[in-house]
Amino acid sequence: MAEYKIMTGNEALTHGAIAAGMRFFAGYPITPATEIAELSSELLPKVDGTYMQMEDELAAAAAILGASAAGKKAMTATSGPGFTLMHENVGYGMATEIPCVVVDVMRQGPCQGVATLPAQGDFMAVKWAAHGDHPVIAIAPSSVAETYTEIIRAFNLSEKYRTPVFFVSDATLAHMSEKIRIPDASELEIVERPQPTCDPDEYLPFNMEDNGIVPMANFGSGYRWFASGLIHDDTGFPVKTGNTVAIEGASRHLLGKIEDNIEDIQKWEEYKCDDAEILILSVGLVSRSVKTAIDAAREEGIKVGLFRPITLWPFPGKRFAELTAKAKTVMTCEMNLGQLSEIAAQYTDRDQKIVAITQSDGTVIQAKKILNAIKEAK
Amino acid sequence: MSEQHVYDKYFRADKLKTMWCPGCGNGIVLQSLVRALEETGTPLEKTVVISGIGCSSRAVNYLNTCALHTNHGRAIAFATGVKMANPDLKVVVITGDGDCTSIGGNHFIHACRRNIDITVVCINNNNYGMTGGQYSPTTPTGAMTKTTVYGNIDTPFDICDLAGAAGATYVARSLTYNPVHLKNTLKKALDHKGLSVVDAMSDCPSLFGRLNRLGDAPTMMKRWAEIAVPLAKAKTMTEEELAGKVVYGEFTDRKDRPEYTENYAALRLKAQGGK
Repeated sequence: MAEYKIMTGNEALTHGAIAAGMRFFAGYPITPATEIAELSSELLPKVDGTYMQMEDELAAAAAILGASAAGKKAMTATSGPGFTLMHENVGYGMATEIPCVVVDVMRQGPCQGVATLPAQGDFMAVKWAAHGDHPVIAIAPSSVAETYTEIIRAFNLSEKYRTPVFFVSDATLAHMSEKIRIPDASELEIVERPQPTCDPDEYLPFNMEDNGIVPMANFGSGYRWFASGLIHDDTGFPVKTGNTVAIEGASRHLLGKIEDNIEDIQKWEEYKCDDAEILILSVGLVSRSVKTAIDAAREEGIKVGLFRPITLWPFPGKRFAELTAKAKTVMTCEMNLGQLSEIAAQYTDRDQKIVAITQSDGTVIQAKKILNAIKEAK
Repeated sequence: MSEQHVYDKYFRADKLKTMWCPGCGNGIVLQSLVRALEETGTPLEKTVVISGIGCSSRAVNYLNTCALHTNHGRAIAFATGVKMANPDLKVVVITGDGDCTSIGGNHFIHACRRNIDITVVCINNNNYGMTGGQYSPTTPTGAMTKTTVYGNIDTPFDICDLAGAAGATYVARSLTYNPVHLKNTLKKALDHKGLSVVDAMSDCPSLFGRLNRLGDAPTMMKRWAEIAVPLAKAKTMTEEELAGKVVYGEFTDRKDRPEYTENYAALRLKAQGGK
């Protein structure tokens, strides 16, 4: 039976992750993500899962990948300073195609910033987390209820496409309480990791051709496999440095397997976009301020709508471009000094007006400020 | 086809020969490890070997087990995740002195503190070989390397002291000069329940040996006959007599600390109301 509860974003995230099948969490305390670790430490042992408090975020990201290779759905949760430390091993997960979920509860930055206050300054850090060309899936919810359902989707995408998936929240969404509907387990679509069925001697852990996604055998299941952070072939072993074709192929494979499935991965919300002459791009909690402003603006006859990527990366650019083509003005609203506005610029014509609403004062942008900007932009 | 050797099943024949320089000790440690694994009777399917970055870490490329060749210094953290997720697996880390005690030093001491059932085999050749012979945390004071061209002013770590103080419950030093002792030590480490560390003293003739004018590989190997001292004998020697010597043997073999995965299993029972 579905039930209704009041909980915080971080609580909903943890309960949702466990509903998705998370049975391993490794982390390191950091504001404003700590409650996810605390609740995981309490709940996971009850469902035969494991909570590990590691010595640092480098170790946390490593441990979840080890646990995932051994067959557990695994997650870590952190904020900016810890997220930076995790880039190294998340890159390993991308290169070796080991599923995991990495939560970044954004706080004001850069560096230590303001630990307790929200921001959206990590949009690009999430996109470019880890060096080199690499695949990125990132999901950004706007409510506590959506945090619950979307963390499940994060796990599902991670398992389906064998890649780390980022989940981007912020300090306010993490700590605010809302009434949410917890769906009955029978309502949930949960992707379980497939296991290989071939002869173990024939098993290859990777398939670089056609951007293939091979079932990842759990360590200890009888299928022996090897993975390396070095550019590798289908066997997992490093390719010879002179094999430029294989090197390029392996690099393109990682991005290609995301690109091939982009329609399944991308998700967005359109709010009053049908006749919108002003289109606002906004992501996460602050998009709710945008909706309030849109409702007020429409009462004054201003045709304005919201485009809200729920899958932040890969950015749903195709649909955004269709909508911007119909708009006179494109606005962005984000709690940073202008990251989505750079994206918006890629999808607008030179004669289109772009208005960026930015703010990095540790508070959520208020509807009034957005409404004023809409009126000015009209 | 040539006659099958009992150890053939451990190796990926198509990946041999190894990438290591002539005279490198890594091969001796690897074959000693394989002999020890065979003696423990652990099935290949239940064995997971994890390494970081460096010459020694390439050892996993040649093994026919499940294996992860991970990032520099992080092998023990990955291994912790594997072991906690499936405590039935035999988890072995192959690492080097730089990988284990410099960039991975924090993971190393915390694994020792937890006493998680992982065997850490540190191939210690006193320098960074992969990058061309720079000094590591175990390079002796005064030694020449590519980044200590005026002689090393650092004081080295004693890996066994470090591991024992951090809480590892089996700590031993062995050497490629004595492969039988090395194999027996590795066997004991693998059989030990808890965090076991084997500091496997090895040679890097191409770099550390050449830069310190220690002679060719056979000369370096013979050198161990003069500088290696068994622990029992070392206890009878003065500090002056021990200067420049390397003491080998078992430094720690404790049964008084609980093992981490067993502790966690008990925690789970408690969380589930003791059912």
